[in-house]
Amino acid sequence: MAIEILMPALSPTMEEGTLAKWLVKEGDTVSSGDILAEIETDKATMEFEAVDEGIVGKILIAEGTEGVKVNTAIAIMVEEGEEVGDLAAALAPATAPAPTSAAPTVAAAPAAPQVDLTPDWPEGTSMKQQTVREALRDAMAEEMRGDEDVYLMGEEVAEYQGAYKVSQGLLDEFGSKRVIDTPITEHGFAGIAVGAAFGGLKPIVEFMTFNFAMQAIDHIINSAAKTLYMSGGQMGAPMVFRGPNGAAARVGAQHSQDYAAWYMQIPGLKVAMPYSASDAKGLLKSAIRDPNPVIFLENEILYGRSFDVPAMDDFTVPFGKARIWREGADVTIVSFGIGMQYALEAADKLAEDGVSAEVIDLRTLRPMDTGSIIKSVMKTNRLVTVEEGWPQGSVGSYISSVVMQEAFDYLDAPVINCTGKDVPMPYAANLEKLALVTTDDVIAAVKQVTYR
Amino acid sequence: MAARKSTKKPNVSAEELTTYYREMLLIRRFEEKAGQLYGMGLIGGFCHLYIGQEAVVVGLEAAAEEGDKRITSYRDHGHMLACGMDAGGVMAELTGREGGLSKGKGGSMHMFSKEKHFYGGHGIVGAQVPLGAGLAFADKYKGNGRVTFTYFGDGAANQGQVYEAFNMAAIWDLPVIFVIENNQYAMGTAQSRSTSTPDIFTRGEAFGIPGEAVDGMSVLAVKEAGEKAVAHCRSGKGPYILEIKTYRYRGHSMSDPAKYRTREEVQKMREERDPIEQVRELLLTGKHATEDDLKAIDKEIKDVVNAAADFAKESPVPHIDELWTDIYA
Repeated sequence: MAIEILMPALSPTMEEGTLAKWLVKEGDTVSSGDILAEIETDKATMEFEAVDEGIVGKILIAEGTEGVKVNTAIAIMVEEGEEVGDLAAALAPATAPAPTSAAPTVAAAPAAPQVDLTPDWPEGTSMKQQTVREALRDAMAEEMRGDEDVYLMGEEVAEYQGAYKVSQGLLDEFGSKRVIDTPITEHGFAGIAVGAAFGGLKPIVEFMTFNFAMQAIDHIINSAAKTLYMSGGQMGAPMVFRGPNGAAARVGAQHSQDYAAWYMQIPGLKVAMPYSASDAKGLLKSAIRDPNPVIFLENEILYGRSFDVPAMDDFTVPFGKARIWREGADVTIVSFGIGMQYALEAADKLAEDGVSAEVIDLRTLRPMDTGSIIKSVMKTNRLVTVEEGWPQGSVGSYISSVVMQEAFDYLDAPVINCTGKDVPMPYAANLEKLALVTTDDVIAAVKQVTYR
Repeated sequence: MAARKSTKKPNVSAEELTTYYREMLLIRRFEEKAGQLYGMGLIGGFCHLYIGQEAVVVGLEAAAEEGDKRITSYRDHGHMLACGMDAGGVMAELTGREGGLSKGKGGSMHMFSKEKHFYGGHGIVGAQVPLGAGLAFADKYKGNGRVTFTYFGDGAANQGQVYEAFNMAAIWDLPVIFVIENNQYAMGTAQSRSTSTPDIFTRGEAFGIPGEAVDGMSVLAVKEAGEKAVAHCRSGKGPYILEIKTYRYRGHSMSDPAKYRTREEVQKMREERDPIEQVRELLLTGKHATEDDLKAIDKEIKDVVNAAADFAKESPVPHIDELWTDIYA
């Protein structure tokens, strides 16, 4: 049976090309892999090989022809003893167009979550004081007791007991099989952990700081976050990447970056950034149980701070549920992580001046409880966001756009984003102080949006 | 090529030889068809063909047992077929259709099969090496006796993360076989211009990882080396490196005119070392098969590939709702 040889597409962007040279002539016998012609694409001159064996019956496009559209018949191949005749005219159109699916429009993104107002723990639960550091350790220990597949790996997590002592005591309880010191090779051990998650384990990867995770970010995003999608849902990476994020004190530009806005952008990742010890514990337990890769952003300054933590057997905090720390009527202040410290201090001082601020802790940035922000803005009509990271492409700028699109008519003033200054972190104490977001920045912003 | 040549008479049954012939031929015909569909515009983006390298994956699959894992780079079609994934599902993934193994959402470079313990299909050069060590980490943790075949190329062998993975695989005795598919060109850069050592496997010595070079055009040599490596890993001795010296006949991807080497170089390899021709010769000279037997296999493979191509053309495009699925588990 005669078959048409079609002008091939030889690059991802080629639509037409030049048939530079025929390397066969009519009557030649060719076998699979023989080079039929040279074709100039938009990128290079390519050799075009025969797929099937046969005889070149007729050349339809002469060499030197420019602008030959992809899928145009350029020659006809026949089998031995077969005549070309006017087969060219009789042949059916080259290829059927790809079937199209029914609806032409793109499906809409899922709607914003409903506001969940249930309390994090039952009324009357007894509380205990705990540091964030202890709360994180307890979360890991409880989850490791409950699930053999959960293990911790990272630099100095085992024998050293944690660079910031977050993993203190875990080696003693769980042994070196499940609490594993790694070499100082973030890219490699992050990749090994993602592979272990593909293989059925639930790794907790501790980065000594998220600044070092930049070495590993390819595995966090390309390997961990995208595989579920790329595999059509067959496999993913149930794991947690955790460690301190943002500025500590006097450690300079390379150890002080806040990555909240970076990771928040990635579909496939979940991102938590707790402020209090109870949220650190409840969210980390949820993160370890989550079947997705979770970025868990802690803060070195907060590790030693004490908060009330509910004394419950199995206390968890769900993702995507903000916490209203303080109710107010005049302005909404939204923050997360250590930014909450400035937000809450500002609210205290503003109250002395008679300004009633509602303070919302997002707790998780992906999923983000934008519903709670919008609900609050509908009441207060004014919004200030607070974060330590840089201003351009910040978490606050995303929140601003959501509020503008979904609650524009409720705003009585432009939203202000209080952020770290747009500079690498300086070492000098006075400059470092200026580079960070401050309580005074928040107070000034609130006064601006309330026109005081 | 500096690869070791087996001087022994092959100790292999007619049935095994026929199986290797069939599996290698399936990959070759499949890839030729994929190249054709690419030319017709039915496959988009990047498409990296495995033609010439068939003996590597077929030989190593012959050394694997049920439950062993494999992971590789973006040049992955051959690996998927060799571990038993359906040709139609692979081809439909190439055409980006609903019937593809990733529902059309992964494409040529990103295919997976949980059922066949195939963990991708990774588009970032070298990324699969620590991932493969991690799969082996999980197996060691579970104590299930499985090994992981972690394939990467001579180009990837220069990535830093490969050596981070070598180091950890060695200190933790991970049951991983690092398979360097040395096809001599990192995209368009010859090994001599990109790599400081002519024998890449020797780099394992620095980490205490044993390894060897293997003639990658001989499926029997590959299988024999694979069996040795598997035995080493399964006995708890830690990782092993196989540098399999092979050759790719086609360009790096469909849009590569391959001007960095001569046509004669490719032609010489095809004529003198072709892995499929070698097995064909063994079958015929050993009187294990007649020309007619082999023709029947050729026909059978052609039918499988044509059916895969038809399925890949006819399978509908993914429903638009698929845009929003499989982002979170």
